[in-house]
Formats: sequence, C-alpha cells, structure tokens
Amino acid sequence: MSRRARLWLVAVGGGALAALLVAACLDLPAFGGTRHPYGDRAVRESLARHTANTIASINFDQRAFDTLGEISILFAAVLGCVVLLRQTRDEHRARPEPEPVALPVRRYALAVLPVALLTGLYVVAHGQLSPGGGFQGGVVAATSLHLLYLGADYRALERIRPVGLYEVGDALAVSAYLVTGLAGLIGGTAFLANTLLPYGTFNTLSSGGTVPLLNAAVGMEVACAVVVLLARFLDQAVEIEKGK
Amino acid sequence: MGVLPYLVAVWIFLVGCYGLATSRNLIHAVGCLSVCQSATYVLLLAVGYRDDATAPVFSDVKPGSRPVVDPVVQALTLTDVVVGATVTALLLALVVQVSKRHGTVDPDALSELRG
Repeated sequence: MSRRARLWLVAVGGGALAALLVAACLDLPAFGGTRHPYGDRAVRESLARHTANTIASINFDQRAFDTLGEISILFAAVLGCVVLLRQTRDEHRARPEPEPVALPVRRYALAVLPVALLTGLYVVAHGQLSPGGGFQGGVVAATSLHLLYLGADYRALERIRPVGLYEVGDALAVSAYLVTGLAGLIGGTAFLANTLLPYGTFNTLSSGGTVPLLNAAVGMEVACAVVVLLARFLDQAVEIEKGK
Repeated sequence: MGVLPYLVAVWIFLVGCYGLATSRNLIHAVGCLSVCQSATYVLLLAVGYRDDATAPVFSDVKPGSRPVVDPVVQALTLTDVVVGATVTALLLALVVQVSKRHGTVDPDALSELRG
C-alpha cells in the first residue's frame, strides 16, 4: 500500500474511532463526581484488614490473584528479552575500555548511590503504609546500582552485578509469591487469601497480614527483573560486537 | 471542566495511533505505542478523580475524615504501567534483532522475507 493510501485509511479509521470515543466519553460519569462504589468498598476492606495504603491492599490482598498474573507477565517478558538479546554465533564480546568521567559526575553518582538504594528499599518496606510499594521501590533500587556505570565504569558495575544471581533472584521471588499464596491453602482457606497472619496494629510495619510479604516478593522480583533487563541491553550496546 | 479530561485521554490515544501509522522508524513506533498506553493512565485517573479528595493512603489521614479518590483505578494504572514497561522492553529487544538481521529499522524497508 502506498503511503498516501495508508494516510487516507488512517484518517478515515481514526476519524470514526475519534467519534465513537467522544460519544463514549460524553456518557461517562461526570468528572470529579462523588459516586465511586468500588472505591468506597475497597477502602472499607482495606481498613478492615489494617492496611493503611489502600492501593497496596488492592494489589496484594483484594486483587492478589491479578497481581500474580502481572508478575508472571513481567517474568515472561524478562525471559523473552534474555532469549532475544543473547550473544549469537557470529558475534564476540569486546572488552570495553573505561572512559574518563568528569569529577563532579563521579562524586555525585557515588554519593547518591547508597542514598538511592536505601530509598528504594525503604519504599519497598513501607509499601503497605505509605505511597509506593514493591513495583516502585524495586525500580528505584535497581536503577540506583546503575549510578555506578555513570560514576565509575562498566567493569565496576559488572562487579556488583552478577547477572546470573539476579536471574535466580527473579525466579525465587516469583516462587515466593506462589508459596505465600499456597500457604493459604495449607491454612485451610483459599489461594492467596489474606487470612493466615494476624492483621497487626494499624499503621505499623507489621500490619496487613500477608500484604508485606507479597509486597516484598514483588519488590525483589521487580528489582531483579530491571537489573537483568538493563544488563542485557547494556551488553548489546557496550560489549557485544559483530564479526569474529 | 466536565468532560475535558476524558477528551484529553482520547486525544493522546489518537495522536499515538497516528504516530504508529506514519512511523518510519521502529524505535519511534515503540515510543508511539507508549504514548497510546499513557492515554489509558489519563483515562483511568480521570475516572477515579473526586473533587476535594486526597490520596487513598491513611498513614497520615484519619480514616473517614476526608474523601479519597478511587483507589481501584489507581491500582489498575499501576498494573498498566508495569505491563507497558515490559511490553516496551520486549519490543525494543525485537527491534535490536531486526536491526541486526536486516540492517534497517524502517518498517517500510522490511517487506521481504529472509531466513
């Protein structure tokens, strides 16, 4: 199909889609309205189970089964990237040469690295109390390691990042989520039901029953997954070169 | 205000679709898909918004003292972000392979099959 014909098709199809979507928008409940039946019920359930962060309660308690699907997608995507970005037969690894780094960049990166890592772990640990949780904290913790690549060089990053270990950690975290879910079955209730552990005191680290455990498993999974993904892409950019 | 936030989501989605259809670079196309996806974030958060409400986190807000925005759509947005990031990573890995095999990232130049 020529570019011109394709543009016409996009214009016609896009125009029709736009009309349908605008008609749908006009029928949606008014913006900022007070009627949120699902939201109100979710807040009530979350408070009943002593979880201060309602979103963590929804993700790791009320919709814990959906989150299992979500982390399975993450796991499968990492697996796919590892397979797609592996070194092929007609490629070889070149040893990257360290480049000089401007002193302020180096100082800043090395000073911020421990702070960023600690912040990531803090966000994971307080997932059931304050905004954040396993997904967000895991990304912060994983990317903080890569400050070493900016501040020092690729070799230094590789030393604190044995990719094999992180791949194992990724798999272990998914298994930990499943095992926590199965523990409910052994306890005589449903898969991933939050009835096994006491709900604890509201607004403390130990509140929420199984929510902190599932949250920690997801935090570990996301951190490992991001490290592995970035490692594979960095390998392609920095190390793997064409030809023998 | 009224229906405007929903229309913004529609607009972002259509802009992303236009970019996908006219893209001459696969990396650009993956970026356009992310734009399409961000329309769903805007739509979900707009559906959950409530006037004069705060975040549905009760670590420093006394339960029942203030209205809170809908936490269900926020959790859905979180799911959306994670799935979007993984799909982007997978697509970019595919682009790396396409560029290695065919030496181009222009979708129009990728018409012939190669073993």
